[in-house]
Amino acid sequence: MPNFFYQVNFYLFGLIAIASSIAFVTRKSPVAAALWLVNTMFCLAALYIMLEAQFIGIIQVLVYAGAIMVVFLFVVMLLNLGQPTEIADIRGKWGKLAAAFLGLALLAQVAALSGKRMPEPFIPGTGYDAQAVRDLGAIGSVAQPLFNEYLLAFELTSILLLVAIVGAVVIGRRRRIDAR
Amino acid sequence: MLAESLALSAVLFSIGAIGVLTRRNAIVIFMCVELMLNAVNLTFVALSKVYGMAGQVFVVFVMTVAAAEAAVGLAIIIAIFRHKQTVNLENINLLKG
Repeated sequence: MPNFFYQVNFYLFGLIAIASSIAFVTRKSPVAAALWLVNTMFCLAALYIMLEAQFIGIIQVLVYAGAIMVVFLFVVMLLNLGQPTEIADIRGKWGKLAAAFLGLALLAQVAALSGKRMPEPFIPGTGYDAQAVRDLGAIGSVAQPLFNEYLLAFELTSILLLVAIVGAVVIGRRRRIDAR
Repeated sequence: MLAESLALSAVLFSIGAIGVLTRRNAIVIFMCVELMLNAVNLTFVALSKVYGMAGQVFVVFVMTVAAAEAAVGLAIIIAIFRHKQTVNLENINLLKG
């Protein structure tokens, strides 16, 4: 059972994450929405560190909040979309109704599942080896499976990144009118 | 804290899905997809304390895919903006039929 201070901080960061994600989907200006999303990601990074995934927490701040969101804000700046548009960004009544229905349905599924017992194959949790994690450290315990069991997948993600870079350059390139 | 993490992840995923359905700005919809990916990452991290470190390895993969997706998606948005001078999805209905 974790101590009281840990629990208070866990709930605090969770509530801030929910509040800032609600602010994120309701802001009209794309820049304000992006900054609220960055706030959500910081809270999630804190939660990762509290869940003893320190490396993932740092990567969350560096890659998500630091790189991906900067690319989003850069595109907003490039296309000059900082001001809220004159056409309402939020969809009309039917869109809101559909979204509310979907949200309630998803939450109802969670509530229904939380009351049930988990099926037998999902219950035993024996894969987590606390001693090995303590020996290898926060980064080594992630790197050890990443470069042994998942080495092929790791190499394939490098190909994926290469394809994505080439694709982004080709799609984003301005075609010259007098090219041919 | 496993149950709380999974509940928080479900709530964040639902908020992201609601955002995808209600917004019209293509960039904001992309950011909502990122929020949904983050919610799934939280599930992976929370369950990795029970089932082993493979969950955290998958979070690294998910972040790589998210970075690739953001690069290609934003390039597509820029290309569409050159054609239509807008990113509002109401005005982008070329494939609607």
